[in-house]
Amino acid sequence: MKVAKRTFDAVIVGAGGAGMRAAVTLAESGLKTAVISKVFPTRSHTVAAQGGVSASLGNSEPDHWTWHMYDTVKGSDWLGDQDAIEFMCKQAPQVVVELEHYGMPFDRLDNGKIYQRPFGGHMSNFGEKPVRRACAAADRTGHAMLHALYQRNVRANTQFFVEWLALDLLRAPDGRVLGVLAMEMETGEITAFQAKATLFATGGAGRIYYSSTNAFVNTGDGVGMAARAGVPLEDMEFWQFHPTGVAGAGVLITEGVRGEGGILRNSDGERFMERYAPNAKDLASRDVVSRAMVTEINEGRGCGPNKDYVLLDITHLDPATIMQRLPGIHEIAIQFAGVDPIKAPIPVVPTCHYQMGGIPTNYHGEVVVDGASVAGFYAAGECACASVHGANRLGTNSLLDLLVFGKSSGESMVEFIRKEPAALQEIPQSEIDKSLARVDRLNTQTNGADVHETRLSMQRTMQNHAGVFRFKDMLQQGVDKILDIEKQVAQTEIKDKSQVWNTARIEALELDNLIEVAKATIISANARTESRGAHVRDDAPDTPEHPNGRDDANWLKHSLWHREGNRLDYKPVKLQPLTVESIALKTRAY
Amino acid sequence: MTTEHIARTVQFKIYRYDPDKDAAPYMQDISVQLEATDRKLLDAIVRLKTKDDSLSFRRSCREGVCGSDAMNINGKNGLACLTDVDSLAQPITLRPLPGLPVIRDLIVDMTQFFKQYHSIKPYVVNNTPPPERERLQSPEEREELNGLYECILCACCSTACPSFWWNPDKFVGPAGLLAAYRFIADTRDEETNERLDNLEDPYRLFRCHTIMNCVDVCPKSLNPTKAIGKIKELMLSRAV
Ligand SMILES: Cc1cc2nc3c(=O)[nH]c(=O)nc-3n(C[C@H](O)[C@H](O)[C@H](O)COP(=O)(O)OP(=O)(O)OC[C@H]3O[C@@H](n4cnc5c(N)ncnc54)[C@H](O)[C@@H]3O)c2cc1C
Repeated sequence: MKVAKRTFDAVIVGAGGAGMRAAVTLAESGLKTAVISKVFPTRSHTVAAQGGVSASLGNSEPDHWTWHMYDTVKGSDWLGDQDAIEFMCKQAPQVVVELEHYGMPFDRLDNGKIYQRPFGGHMSNFGEKPVRRACAAADRTGHAMLHALYQRNVRANTQFFVEWLALDLLRAPDGRVLGVLAMEMETGEITAFQAKATLFATGGAGRIYYSSTNAFVNTGDGVGMAARAGVPLEDMEFWQFHPTGVAGAGVLITEGVRGEGGILRNSDGERFMERYAPNAKDLASRDVVSRAMVTEINEGRGCGPNKDYVLLDITHLDPATIMQRLPGIHEIAIQFAGVDPIKAPIPVVPTCHYQMGGIPTNYHGEVVVDGASVAGFYAAGECACASVHGANRLGTNSLLDLLVFGKSSGESMVEFIRKEPAALQEIPQSEIDKSLARVDRLNTQTNGADVHETRLSMQRTMQNHAGVFRFKDMLQQGVDKILDIEKQVAQTEIKDKSQVWNTARIEALELDNLIEVAKATIISANARTESRGAHVRDDAPDTPEHPNGRDDANWLKHSLWHREGNRLDYKPVKLQPLTVESIALKTRAY
Repeated sequence: MTTEHIARTVQFKIYRYDPDKDAAPYMQDISVQLEATDRKLLDAIVRLKTKDDSLSFRRSCREGVCGSDAMNINGKNGLACLTDVDSLAQPITLRPLPGLPVIRDLIVDMTQFFKQYHSIKPYVVNNTPPPERERLQSPEEREELNGLYECILCACCSTACPSFWWNPDKFVGPAGLLAAYRFIADTRDEETNERLDNLEDPYRLFRCHTIMNCVDVCPKSLNPTKAIGKIKELMLSRAV
């Protein structure tokens, strides 16, 4: 079938923080740029980020990008690439200041500079003591940032295609990326967006789990599209469970709450983090805190009628501080936990939050496969793996990642596009047909699987088989279950056949992407027989020979999952930074 | 602690319209069995959608910050994700936001709303070359932006405003005017005069008759009427 075609210099899929930061660079360079988003830009999930964006501005006390780099490498449990980490931490002050110049309403210190708060794993002087590095706009940093970036794009006259769903990546026979096929939700019409350079900035896929801080729209579309187009996925076994999701609801309570002095308590009222992380206590790295919480619950010291959560206590803080620094949390606690946090502690549980892995890139935002960059293809933000977060992301490093790699990929694209010949390559009809077949199947499928039920069984399976603690037998069973569920995903049926704003169809198409992410996650997790960062298994316990269960001799490497045949291979971690000395391997303790 | 909910059946009356098959819109009577965990109206309509996948509405963050799921709930605009389902009288009557063209079911065409937002130049304008570091702003100056920058562009306010219903093409509306004042109030912005010029018109600003519906419905407890009042004050003070 023939589809309409539109041509651009650059196409960006995703209008969250990463996509819109790249769009600023591209639009301001005068190139013809299209930004496609399945939601209005300010509805992207960056809007929900609360706590802050990290940069060693040193506004309250001395800080240095090398300390930030050290914390990030340690936080990553040495799985992060040190060249990319150096690049990010060094660039941080500049991109945050740029954002301020765009109009971001950061909170301020008395001297007029950007307000910074402490956060988990942020330390001064190479791990010595907590430092104020998280630049914040109350507890609405993501909202303030996303709106500031959208506003800058309005100024730059960026062309947005709002409420369009990208369906598939389009590639030439030689592997070059030619653009995407996308569907306009309002009409159901399908158009090929052809460009010299294509950027994926489609965000995370937290909806593979049952309990998640992620939005409904966080369905890993970019990652799924990349996998279907033959791009391997990197380090997908690493998912961050945020310690403080509201019990039952999943809605996030930022780590900034602990940064401002909040304390976690068990059923005895004990500040248990003192036992697990004597130095950093409640501000230890997220994986460490989440595991401590689950251990407390498993050992019978959980709270509530079912003893299945712990309490986050800020009742000792000055109510004025709560209302000034944490107004959004105050509102969330009342709305979703039914408690006023000024008066009573908030019930919290570790909740799926962030995807450390993704589409493999270098720090220029170029997608890298088999050691070479894929011509015309870029990725940034949560869908990408640069890899700066390794086995565990530090809080506030994601918003930073969006700014740094949004910008660097935008700059790489400008450079690439300027060198390209004017004429665009023909899109092979087979590429278009493959994608249209997914839509056509949904239009005709009968006696198929229910989308909601299928998605639910995937989410429950992931939650039970690949959660905060992982068990050898459960992982293997989980792989089998997910491969079974995959068969149902291939036969989903929708009753709604309308062409107009068909949300049933959108959800079915999103499920095609979620299942790719789920497969990549559980297959990579099953294979990695060590514990590292957020990936902790019962058969790789803490021993003198392998502290924390980490096995550098065999597993200091990135996983790469290939969709075809569910094949895994591996590539080395880049331990060599750009200009400074490598941060030597060490046991991780807080 | 959280109130315990139980499985219960809830009655709805929902505005339905699919231009692909319906000659005209109609109100559908439908009920759904909720699970104990369904607390918010959004949980309830997501549950409803598992029974009838053709029910169409926007939703994303489900925590009141993305602004997707604004709708008219028992006659009043609000966000489904911030509304306790058990607090609503039944049958719960759901309609699309009033005053904007309906695309399908609870989904409206927001083009006009965003056009007005864009018309106030929603970005800081500062033509002084930026310093190496951040522009300074005192905590008190920053405080002026509170109650303004938190807008989520859900359109509950503008679509509750009779002046916006009558003149959506000429009256900026409460959301757009709140944003206009957000940039006027920002000490980093240098275009206060141009911004006021841009609103000096019988319709753009002065169609606000302080009916205060906007304040009443804002799910973020913001006060567009107050912001509009401040713009009017500034206009008066520069006129004398
Ligand atoms: C509740 C919460 C709080 C957080 N707090 C912090 C924090 O304080 N600090 C921090 O550093 N990090 C935080 N994080 C993490 C961080 O916010 C996210 O990792 C980050 O915002 C992701 O940004 P993004 O630009 O990659 O994607 P998103 O903001 O998720 O945007 C994705 C975009 O892609 C578009 N898209 C996706 N699929 C398609 C498709 N098929 N077709 C068209 N468009 C598509 C969407 O419409 C959207 O515009 C938080 C995360 C959560 C969930």
